[in-house]
Amino acid sequence: MRFIFKTDYMQDIRLAQHAGQVFWYGALMLALLAAPWLVAEYWLAQLTFILIYAIAGLGLMLLAGFTGLFSLGHAAFLGVGAYTQAVLTNAGVPFAIALACAAGLSAGVGVVVGLPALRVKGVYLGMATLSFGFIVEEVLARWESVTGGNAGIRIKQPDIFGWTLSSGGAFYFLCLLITVLATLGILNLLRAPTGRAFVAIRDSEISAQSMGIHLARYKTLSFALSAALAGIAGALYAHKLQFISPDQFDILQSIDLLLMIVIGGLGSVHGAFLGAIFLIAMPQAIAMVKDYLPPTVGQAPGLQGLVYGVVLVAFVLFEPQGLYGRWLKIRTYLQMFPFYRKGMFKRQKTFQKSDRLR
Amino acid sequence: MNNILLSAQNLSLRFGGVLAVNNVSFEVRQGEVFTLIGPNGAGKTTVFNLISRIYTPSSGAIDYLGPDGLLRLTAQPPQAVAGLGIARTFQNIELFEHATVLQNLLIGRHTQRQSGFWQDLFFTRTTRQAELKAREKAEDVIDFLDLQHQRDALVAGLPYGVRKVVELARALCTEPRLLLLDEPSSGLNVEETEDMAFWIADIKNDLGVTVLMVEHDMALVSKVSDRVLAMNQGEVIALGTPREVQGDAGVIEAYLGSEGDVSSLRRPAPHAGARAA
Amino acid sequence: MQLLQLVISGIAQGCIYGLIALGFVLIYKATETVSFAQGELMMLGAFGGLAGMTLLGFPYWLAVLCAIAGMALFGALLERIVIRPILGQPAFSIVMLTIGIGYAARGLITMIPNIGTETHTLAVPYKDQIWNLAGLVLNVEQMVVIAVTAALSALLYLLFRYSKLGLAMQAASQNQLAAYYMGIPVKRLNGIAWALASAVAAIAGLLLAPITFVHANMGFIGLKAFPAAVVGGFSSLPGAIVGGLVIGIVESLSGFYLPDGFKDTAAYVVVLIMLVVKPTGLFGEKLRKKV
Repeated sequence: MRFIFKTDYMQDIRLAQHAGQVFWYGALMLALLAAPWLVAEYWLAQLTFILIYAIAGLGLMLLAGFTGLFSLGHAAFLGVGAYTQAVLTNAGVPFAIALACAAGLSAGVGVVVGLPALRVKGVYLGMATLSFGFIVEEVLARWESVTGGNAGIRIKQPDIFGWTLSSGGAFYFLCLLITVLATLGILNLLRAPTGRAFVAIRDSEISAQSMGIHLARYKTLSFALSAALAGIAGALYAHKLQFISPDQFDILQSIDLLLMIVIGGLGSVHGAFLGAIFLIAMPQAIAMVKDYLPPTVGQAPGLQGLVYGVVLVAFVLFEPQGLYGRWLKIRTYLQMFPFYRKGMFKRQKTFQKSDRLR
Repeated sequence: MNNILLSAQNLSLRFGGVLAVNNVSFEVRQGEVFTLIGPNGAGKTTVFNLISRIYTPSSGAIDYLGPDGLLRLTAQPPQAVAGLGIARTFQNIELFEHATVLQNLLIGRHTQRQSGFWQDLFFTRTTRQAELKAREKAEDVIDFLDLQHQRDALVAGLPYGVRKVVELARALCTEPRLLLLDEPSSGLNVEETEDMAFWIADIKNDLGVTVLMVEHDMALVSKVSDRVLAMNQGEVIALGTPREVQGDAGVIEAYLGSEGDVSSLRRPAPHAGARAA
Repeated sequence: MQLLQLVISGIAQGCIYGLIALGFVLIYKATETVSFAQGELMMLGAFGGLAGMTLLGFPYWLAVLCAIAGMALFGALLERIVIRPILGQPAFSIVMLTIGIGYAARGLITMIPNIGTETHTLAVPYKDQIWNLAGLVLNVEQMVVIAVTAALSALLYLLFRYSKLGLAMQAASQNQLAAYYMGIPVKRLNGIAWALASAVAAIAGLLLAPITFVHANMGFIGLKAFPAAVVGGFSSLPGAIVGGLVIGIVESLSGFYLPDGFKDTAAYVVVLIMLVVKPTGLFGEKLRKKV
């Protein structure tokens, strides 16, 4: 058991609460840095995808998990970022500038999508974002002069200050760098007044307003930031796949993103990463288990969808705090062994109350 | 010290056909404890909501002596109210449930923030120092209200009495000049109410904050209030010291009904010379 | 004449959207949860009818009745096993749950060997029939859709307006704990609401089957029903149908008069306009929190 004896306010404000955290996260960073030399090319590519989805997940976690604004069309921002990056890179714009433009344009679209958020809440906001998602997808498909329409477009490799990142390893380090920066940024925001304002808006808007929080400004900021992160993820996604088409950014992609943060654990930064790992690992796991199942089951095209659906349902029913919540319970058990009491994390029985009057 | 801090002039608010507040006028002096009393549905919380700018009056106005001088409060947007030094607690407790007590208090420090978005993103020295300062101020309030044990507790699991105190603490964190307390002692037992009475007195005497409160507990009202405004059915029926108002015939009738009258019908209350300055 | 033709076609399509939206609104009125599984329930209903006719060899009417009854039972079971444990959790969790159910249902159907991945036709008795009425060419399939929708919505409206059941459902949706205290069998009501919604979805699926054929991705049409519910107001049953009609007509007209691509997004543009102008929908109720 670890007892943290606090003598200084900085201990609460610092990112790492105690030496143990520094050790484990340090070890994780070392492992990630050594990855290109430790794992095969294929798995490195999967790891890169995990990082890319984690960036998008951080954005959506900020919006949905921390500010309480649910976006059912988040793939739209991914798409805007991806296409901006593709068009600009193909036109010869250097990587860094193209990335900044992708983030900026996504943020702009995010502000527009966030406009309904200033007026409506809950399911209506979900409908508004869903609608925007469809409209953006359609625009990407129809604006053929710029986006190449449904045929999609190929993207040149990223060119950073003269270096062309042609190898998987080099691109992996780029993604790792951006992921670390994004994570630190989000963690910083959350321990500062801006992040607290987001959480306030999630829990009680009327109260937040009476504390002086400008609702419209912070909601717009949340949308813009979340969209910018998704745009960056989209840009990296485009470079990784080297080919994008509008149907990669449809409602199913939006649902995948939501699935990711719910299974990962809503309302925690870890959740974005755990969710990304789940999203990328699940198809691999299914592929590996397929061979042990009877052919009617194993080779059926709908198996992945069925598994995803069942897992999502199982998580919402039995572990609403997601993978991170389960990890917290396991960690508490290990930390408090043998004093862990069975009812420690027992959920209070909740009764449904009208959301309209919330 | 006898400046008028807040002055409500002929406030009226209509909700469709219902006249919730009807031509209400009063003045709150700096440094006093001013209480609104009245039966349920009298419009007291509505007056609070008018001051916090959750509602806009159908007619009338509210003037407030802000840090930069006199201004028309009813022309300000809702999120500007806290910045002007007006804090409030809510009748049905509106805390941030999924955050700890400390985080609730730190959110209360929002109007005193010194760092913008970009500084927060990179957690610069400005943000760090502002955070430490905010924490110190929040700890002052925690000491004032004895919340040390609950500092890191999630609000969702706290009992009602503690939540009321946390709500008060959060309002104090905004460093208000005017504190609106909506039924501070409702749901509290005798000891907790005693504590609340001492705290209100301390807030007035030590912190120099003007308190405007809605209250039903007459003992508490008599103990801490300087002046009392009695309302009934959206109208003012009496104004004066606690003693004067409690003895006012109209007030007695509003609460208890008059002698010989069994049914409580809507009747204009007699203003029997109770308009003290 | 062309215009009228388009409008009628839009009405027929709109009735389908309206029926699915009716299912959403039913569940929303009873449990205040938004169910994203309605589209997939519709798809299951259509497959149920197909199974009744092809596998079990039932005549059309028997297959239809069995499919509706089967789906009602399935809906009640679904509610009992999956939805009931999580009522009271934040709305978002429940939305994700229904999305998961939809995903799983779609995957499951796709997994059925030979049947799941193909498109099938449902042998309805009125298939491919046409009426010629006053110069208009009316597709009987569309007429049946309109007629059944009208009848069904009238029935449900009366149920909710005048029966104790409807009132009890609304009470349970606003404050579950209070409803329990008043002796309302909340759990049973939720089961009934889901059973009703599933039956309505099955009817929608069976009506849609001759028009779009039966296949595993039928459920995506359900997404268009959300705009219908928004336009009509999430808590209004007649609103769901009216919203559906509005969306259907707008789609039909924009498909003809506007350039390519506008047809698919027309519904969503209407949603955005509606949310700006009147967020609670044409018939929805405006509720405000009192602090």
